[in-house]
Amino acid sequence: MNRIDQTFAALGARKALIPFITAGDPSPELTVPLLHALVAAGADILELGVPFSDPMADGPTIQRASERALKNGVSLRNVLEMVAQFRQQDSRTPVVLMGYGNPVEAMGWETFAQRCAEVGVDGVLTVDFPPEESHEAFTHLHRHNLAPIFLLAPTTPESRIRQVAQLARGYVYYVSLKGVTGAGNLDLQGIADKLPQLREHIRLPIGVGFGIRDADTALAVAKLCDGVVVGSRIVQEIENSTPDNVVAKVGALVSGLKQAVAQA
Amino acid sequence: MYNFPDNGGHFGPFGGIYMAETLIPAVEQLRDEYLRLRDDPEFKAEFAYELKHYVGRPSPIYHAKNWSQRLGGAQIYLKREDLNHTGAHKINNAIGQALLARRMGKKRVIAETGAGMHGVASATVAARYGMECVVYMGAEDVQRQAPNVYRMKLLGAKVVPVESGSRTLKDACNEAIRDWVTNVENTFYIFGTAAGPHPYPMMVRDFQCIIGEEAKVQMPEMIGRQPDAVIACVGGGSNAIGIFHPYIEVPGVQLIGVEAGGHGIASGSHAAPLTSNSKIGVLHGNRVYLMQDDNGQIIETHSVSAGLDYPGVGPEHCWLKDLGRAQYVAINDDEAMQAFHDLCRFEGIIPALESSHALAHAAKIAPSMDKEQVLLVNLSGRGDKDINTVARLTGITL
Repeated sequence: MNRIDQTFAALGARKALIPFITAGDPSPELTVPLLHALVAAGADILELGVPFSDPMADGPTIQRASERALKNGVSLRNVLEMVAQFRQQDSRTPVVLMGYGNPVEAMGWETFAQRCAEVGVDGVLTVDFPPEESHEAFTHLHRHNLAPIFLLAPTTPESRIRQVAQLARGYVYYVSLKGVTGAGNLDLQGIADKLPQLREHIRLPIGVGFGIRDADTALAVAKLCDGVVVGSRIVQEIENSTPDNVVAKVGALVSGLKQAVAQA
Repeated sequence: MYNFPDNGGHFGPFGGIYMAETLIPAVEQLRDEYLRLRDDPEFKAEFAYELKHYVGRPSPIYHAKNWSQRLGGAQIYLKREDLNHTGAHKINNAIGQALLARRMGKKRVIAETGAGMHGVASATVAARYGMECVVYMGAEDVQRQAPNVYRMKLLGAKVVPVESGSRTLKDACNEAIRDWVTNVENTFYIFGTAAGPHPYPMMVRDFQCIIGEEAKVQMPEMIGRQPDAVIACVGGGSNAIGIFHPYIEVPGVQLIGVEAGGHGIASGSHAAPLTSNSKIGVLHGNRVYLMQDDNGQIIETHSVSAGLDYPGVGPEHCWLKDLGRAQYVAINDDEAMQAFHDLCRFEGIIPALESSHALAHAAKIAPSMDKEQVLLVNLSGRGDKDINTVARLTGITL
């Protein structure tokens, strides 16, 4: 059982809050303090974005975070070091790396999976690697007890839901809308309609993300699923802060989201 | 027997489908629809009719006698894709995909463009078939290809300048993919080159193969045999695969792809992933040789020609390189510029800067060949769009 399963088991009927930040944004030195602040504010699982030069599935907010991180010289190697540093003080909170496949390809899946296990990563989500192209990835992730996290979308047909149900570990990430991260067209009814179809095949907890902007939308989404993922809104807060107040501001924002999710 | 891609869109280790989940069902639907229609007699007849009456095919082959004589070696023949309606080979593919979009009931098409030729072709077919059209173009390319931007607007398309990243073709691709994921239900993505997720590399190749199929008939008519080598420029590689593919199983015909050498391979400032021995990577839906740093970040490319200014290359070219069936070389900016001027002056043809790379390689190897040997160069587009760039580089203000 890895940390993700333990966390959901401990939550029971309560809903998980899963915040996302991009590693190295606004600066490499602030990433670990931000992760601790997220946990202090009530984060149950952390999604840590690996910056990529061509983030095709992301909206402008997370694109800019990626650009800032790359300008700061942050590589996948650095991100893994940040997780190692985070683990020195937190051995409990699951960390999921989220990003695109090419930086992992460049490192090699075997080295990557081994390093993830060493530093205490729990799950890996590569946005542009569907199950059909992930055989090599799975071999190495499974060997090191790392959870492959998959996206499902409003457009996903039943046959693919079944396929993902067999391969996924940890939790499944349902993309709430047709669009990129941070989009404004959240469709609550659409989520409510799709979730039963997902539950028919998927025994794992289901997290929902993309387009969750505030306490109200977080609560509404939390009522429908097992975990709420908030990314662009937090990254926006980072963008609008100074190095001095960013940790406090992000903590306050996430505390508010946690209170909302706790009511679900 | 050469028969690629496989069912998953793989050319050996290259190709595949690497996309976010939201788009996978759209790509699979496109694949199924295309596989159903590619052998449908009615669809084929419709495509052939459009190519003949709207594009003006077949495009002629022209013997560039003056230029060949000056070079003093092999005879250079030009496949005149520049004479197509809209001025480049891109229209072949745009028509094929627009016909497919129409069959699939999509009323809105989007496209990415570098030099603007694919954008113009997409805007053209959208006007022809009554579809809404949005073209994504890197902000830098919007500047260096201003005439094409205006052409697209005249044709009724909306041109969106893309300010992210290097502000060139790859960023336009990213933005078009973001549009597609948002509007996947009513939108067809007319992808401009033989790359991207399956079925695009196969489908674009099939639509462009008309170039090589015509040439295979025309060359024997003109000279009684096939050429010794076929030469084409390679960015994503659609004009090259279009003329190469029908020749893959023709023995004795060398296939040479010419990448953009920019300021020279050694300078690092180029757009030549094959010639510079780049590592294999994943971008824009497929696994290909890809210009990247040690950390897997895509690096910025440079070429004088916007249409070749791209860090990847289509998966079938990667495979042809590994198989040894095609050779890939690079031509620098200044060599391409020289060929551009020479073709203007000695043959009365203004070539696209992209195609000028293929011409420059022909000019490089022709002098050491026999006068009886024949090089067939794919003149993939005309150069009217490039006159501002050429004037600027020559120090002239228009």
